[in-house]
Amino acid sequence: MEDQIKSGRARWLSAPTVLGCRPAAGWGQPALPVLLALAMLVTGCRQDMNDQPKMKPLRGTDFFADGRSARPLVPDTVARGHLRTNEHFYLGRIEGKLATNLPVAVTAPLLARGRERYDIFCAPCHDRTGGGNGMIVQRGFKQPNSFHNDRLRGEPAGYYYDVIANGFGMMSSYAAQVPPEDRWAIVAYIRALQLSQHATTNDVPATELEKLLQVKP
Amino acid sequence: MTFGAVAAVLAAGWLVYTLNQSVFVTEVAVAKDQPVPFSHKHHVLDVGLDCRYCHTAVEQSGSAGIPPTKTCNNCHSVLFTDQAMFAPVNQSLKTDRSLDWIRVHDLPDYVYFNHSIHVQKGIGCTTCHGDVQNMPLTWKAQPLQMGWCLECHRQPEKFIRPRDEVFNPDWKPGPNHAAEGRRLVAEYGINVKQLENCSVCHR
Repeated sequence: MEDQIKSGRARWLSAPTVLGCRPAAGWGQPALPVLLALAMLVTGCRQDMNDQPKMKPLRGTDFFADGRSARPLVPDTVARGHLRTNEHFYLGRIEGKLATNLPVAVTAPLLARGRERYDIFCAPCHDRTGGGNGMIVQRGFKQPNSFHNDRLRGEPAGYYYDVIANGFGMMSSYAAQVPPEDRWAIVAYIRALQLSQHATTNDVPATELEKLLQVKP
Repeated sequence: MTFGAVAAVLAAGWLVYTLNQSVFVTEVAVAKDQPVPFSHKHHVLDVGLDCRYCHTAVEQSGSAGIPPTKTCNNCHSVLFTDQAMFAPVNQSLKTDRSLDWIRVHDLPDYVYFNHSIHVQKGIGCTTCHGDVQNMPLTWKAQPLQMGWCLECHRQPEKFIRPRDEVFNPDWKPGPNHAAEGRRLVAEYGINVKQLENCSVCHR
């Protein structure tokens, strides 16, 4: 305790330090309650092991000028094995032109994933049906186009991928929030939404149609 | 004298214990001052954002992630930008300096905690973080002390929920949760005995 104070780094002491680790020999009995009273006052305040001089995610630092302990990658850094050579998958393009099809197989799990990611990241503005009347729009953000208008229905799959990655008009890029595989899942789900708003009863298998007709609006 | 000393030790023990459980130490339900008075209530309950819209890393990473100011700007390029309380956000965007949020859930550095494994094994956000959608400012709902962690590590069946309900802020355990919980623990392959090993959390 003494050397800590001497070294100018007087710190709070925890009960274990006082009660467990200091020799009690030499203390008269009447001093014990006093010692305990002191121990109680300073309980639980010692922080050195709680706050170790190391970096954890999102911890700030005064070591770097920008105050961040996480360091940005040097521009154009590519981790070994992670060079993105697949233009279709990573840019949504084939030889520079927007791709008309998806680079991944459209499966039920992909659509389920797309629906989940669409509801998280897109529905706040585009709403859950793709009509463009989400809560953020209702709060005053510029209304996006409906996915169901003729222009957007005619856009190739790569167009949607490109907009998610790079933004469009008022919409920011979602590249940091939605990784490439999820972008394609969302594209697939947008196609499903578009189909859902332009389908007739003829498009529904007979057994499913029966179930649909039983649902009361 | 002996009696007095024993009484003093007992009293000290009681006081230490009580203090340690108290709000002075745990900071449960204490809202901290933040650079911007961010409201989870507004963003989750009123607007309906999913936790993962901002905390994007929570499913793959140890840290759930605090969003970069760019994420705020997705909507707040337009909305609310002229409010005085919003000035630090604009400043952060302009200068590319991070907002200095004050950590509310600050585990000791000798504890290893990983969000993704909890989320993957059916522990929901509100189990630890409480009713965040009704917090106008953010506070701790649970003490995050070791005894509290062990409560669940010893009996995860009490707290586990189906994976697709993890991010549902309204989820409540059903009437048959005792059986359902045991079923989920088995289905998700949770080795309960192993959860009490020291090195699970202290590595």
